[in-house]
Amino acid sequence: MDITSIVYPIVSIGGLGILFGAGLGYASKKFAVEVDERIPKVRDLLPGANCGGCGFAGCDAFATAVVEEGVDICSCPVNSDESAGKIAALLGVDPSCSIKRVALVKCKGTCSNSQNKYDYYGIMDCNDAAAIPGGGAKACSYGCLGLGSCKKVCPFDAIRIEDGIAVIDEDKCTACGNCVDACPKAVIELVPKQNKVRVLCNSNDKGKEVKEACSVGCIGCKLCVKSCEYDAIDFEDNLAHINYEKCSHCMACVEKCPTKIIEGQHVLTEA
Amino acid sequence: MMELFIIFLSAILVNNFVLSRFLGICPFLGVSKKVETALGMGVAVTFVMTLASIISYMVYNWMLVPLKITYLYTIAFILVIAALVQFVEMVIQKTSPTLYQALGVYLPLITTNCAVLGVAVINMNEGYNLIKSVVNGFGAALGFTLAIVLFAGIRERIENNNILNAFKGFPIALITAGLMSIAFLGFQGLL
Repeated sequence: MDITSIVYPIVSIGGLGILFGAGLGYASKKFAVEVDERIPKVRDLLPGANCGGCGFAGCDAFATAVVEEGVDICSCPVNSDESAGKIAALLGVDPSCSIKRVALVKCKGTCSNSQNKYDYYGIMDCNDAAAIPGGGAKACSYGCLGLGSCKKVCPFDAIRIEDGIAVIDEDKCTACGNCVDACPKAVIELVPKQNKVRVLCNSNDKGKEVKEACSVGCIGCKLCVKSCEYDAIDFEDNLAHINYEKCSHCMACVEKCPTKIIEGQHVLTEA
Repeated sequence: MMELFIIFLSAILVNNFVLSRFLGICPFLGVSKKVETALGMGVAVTFVMTLASIISYMVYNWMLVPLKITYLYTIAFILVIAALVQFVEMVIQKTSPTLYQALGVYLPLITTNCAVLGVAVINMNEGYNLIKSVVNGFGAALGFTLAIVLFAGIRERIENNNILNAFKGFPIALITAGLMSIAFLGFQGLL
């Protein structure tokens, strides 16, 4: 075998590579674009899940917007206070961020609590099930269908389906809002994490209809409104709404609610 | 001269790279949402393809053939194309950041655009000389630009129409591309 058949390819292709490499090296100096060196630093301090909770295309786009356009670093709902503080120090801006929020499934309609209109054997996706006339198998047309469309879109593995409804792991939840968009029933809402007293029902039906469909629904008795000393509960469309800014965690409503759909008992046991 | 003109015309219309040879479909579908970016892509590809024709001709005929290592042509051509694309990327990033952002990932992907490798290989197989290679490469690139700009124009119009949900986006785009391809078959009788 001729040794040249090995040497020629190595020398020629290698030589070409070196030639092009040198050319490109020169070109990269000549056409260098100045990039703000803070952008990659900010990018490193962000969570990097690219969840889109900030409204930008991803963490890279958000970092660029923060540095170049002065977008509020708190727009990233996922970021921990610690790394937000570091970014603020890096850019020399105010580090205080607004209150942390978490997703809340406003439904307690588990298999044992809620009735079904029929047995559903279709595609295991809430959006498909909700498109069927009647809006899914659950007797309550406002409740969680429990087919896990929210679970599929959660980038942080914070949602699990338990006993027929979605359950949020508040430690993992970052309030990116993907599940809120995915839910065809609009049963998921972002609420302040520190507020533990929450209404766990989404039904706008009248009391009688609610009772027929589900044993743990808001029947619109307004006992909570009357019991609240802080005027923190509004009543609208047959459903109680808690004003989280006014709520003082006194637990009066939690104790009064006849169907036990105002959550907050665990705060009592913790305290 | 007549022969050059025939090569040129055939590369643009009769053997249109996208619509007759089905090469370079990736950017054809990827960056054809707006006429402006499609045109930018077309210009970038034109630049790369023309230069790639010249350099790959030189590499093949002046280096690989004398050394009798023509079997290495694929790797040599890809080396040439990759270096050229890198160069184009730097130039575009410097001169037009907007275009750079609009083209996005499709710009470095010209490297793997089979149309560019295709033109180099076709030049080699047809045994074209340097001038013919350049004309063929330039013509093929213009054909690509023509196809992608026309396609982008149609897609812009489709965007505002009421289309069945199942056909929205890529399905209708692929059907459109198929119809365009059939239309370009009409040029087969030209030469």
